[in-house]
Amino acid sequence: MDFTQLYETFSALENPGFWQDAYMKFYRAWFEADRWKQYFEGLATTIQVTVMALIIGVVLGVVVALIRTAHDQQRLGNRNPFLGVVNFFCKVYVTIIRGTPMMVQLLIVGLVIFASNRNKTMIGALSLGINSGAYVAEIIRGGLMSLDPGQNEAGRSLGLGYFDTMRFIVIPQAFKAILPSLGNEFITLLKDTSLISVIGGKEIVYFAQAVITRTYETMYPYLITAVMYLILVLIFTWLQGKLERRLRQSDRR
Amino acid sequence: MIDVKHLSKSFGDHLVLDDISEHIYPGEKVVIIGPSGSGKSTFLRCLNLLETPTSGSITFEGTEITDPKVNIDKIRQQMGMVFQHFNLFPNMTIRRNITLAPVRTKLMSQAEADDTATALLKRVGLEDKADAYPAQLSGGQKQRIAIVRALAMRPKVMLFDEPTSALDPEMVGEVLDVMKELAQEGMTMVVVTHEMGFAREVGSRVLFMDGGHILEQNSPKEFFANPQHERTQLFLSKVL
Repeated sequence: MDFTQLYETFSALENPGFWQDAYMKFYRAWFEADRWKQYFEGLATTIQVTVMALIIGVVLGVVVALIRTAHDQQRLGNRNPFLGVVNFFCKVYVTIIRGTPMMVQLLIVGLVIFASNRNKTMIGALSLGINSGAYVAEIIRGGLMSLDPGQNEAGRSLGLGYFDTMRFIVIPQAFKAILPSLGNEFITLLKDTSLISVIGGKEIVYFAQAVITRTYETMYPYLITAVMYLILVLIFTWLQGKLERRLRQSDRR
Repeated sequence: MIDVKHLSKSFGDHLVLDDISEHIYPGEKVVIIGPSGSGKSTFLRCLNLLETPTSGSITFEGTEITDPKVNIDKIRQQMGMVFQHFNLFPNMTIRRNITLAPVRTKLMSQAEADDTATALLKRVGLEDKADAYPAQLSGGQKQRIAIVRALAMRPKVMLFDEPTSALDPEMVGEVLDVMKELAQEGMTMVVVTHEMGFAREVGSRVLFMDGGHILEQNSPKEFFANPQHERTQLFLSKVL
């Protein structure tokens, strides 16, 4: 007996019981008219938006963090004025992004700045990336500032340049230290992609709501959405754990 | 070899080094002693520009390194430095700690650098630690590796910033032995230390610093037997 037959059997009942009723609602939210394909279409968009926002966020975050750290670690009485100006803009960026709600930023970017652009999914990704960049910048800055300055000094005293010292000594250690918070930020970002439905981005929530307008039944579409996000986050957490274990190699005693 | 002229350094409005002029000759083992806060570490760190002097000039082998146009990385490749807290790179094996700089600065190929590392590690009796990570070593072992790491660049001068101050007492000896051996081979050394025994035995000249000045300098024998300055006498009476 397949799902459709079971559904038809239950629909024929005059007084369906609790589980039979639940099954019928789930059937309409998932199987009927091949609706499950829509959720997966939304899932694909969610992953795509997350990856794009992640790339934008990490690039922005690294640049802002390097500028801000370079500025803050200058020695007294020998400040670079150009760095001061760039640092000021970085600070304004971080302040505005952290000081306003994600949802409001999304509405402004999607419906004010890019009001006439139809590709709301891409705009959503851009907006999320800009948002994430500010948080990633602060996380990376924390990692760079927490590292013993002696590590940088040791690298430079051996005659290595700024970029080699960063690349081989500072960044690998900072990255290891910030990986848990970075993972946390990426999980937040992944879940925040659900917000782009408010400007018309076609991710999972968007399709769940489309199903709801057809079936007039809210519980299962939203439950399905929640489960899909949960599975994504679990996969990501598992990958992060694997990476952390690999990086702990040098902690052996 | 290193010529320091009218060197001053202040942090904010706190003057740490006040108009110091000094010359370090090839082959010398200059030992700098003095109370904490006297500016001796800052003086040492100015020599390879880890601290940027506020005024004055430093010349290394005829190149004025305080000139902003000088490529300081090239200069630092010829000046080894050993730190109080070792500052080994914890994310790398010992071998990579030693070979990273010679290879990245194109001084050696990876194979040459590996051979150099093996030879140097053998000299300090740690050849079996090449594939260990810094976290697996004792303090004395770490500091010997740090010395080896600096030596792998074949420096012309070695700067030591309190190399034994962070060690357990029983590990001080093994590090000093390596330094003594290095001194016997004729390496030019500038050592900031609290080890008076080392100063007496190895130093060719002792500088006493206090309040950002070099108050007194002499051969170790004369310096310890016959301190001239009142402040020096007071200091020595407390530490000897």
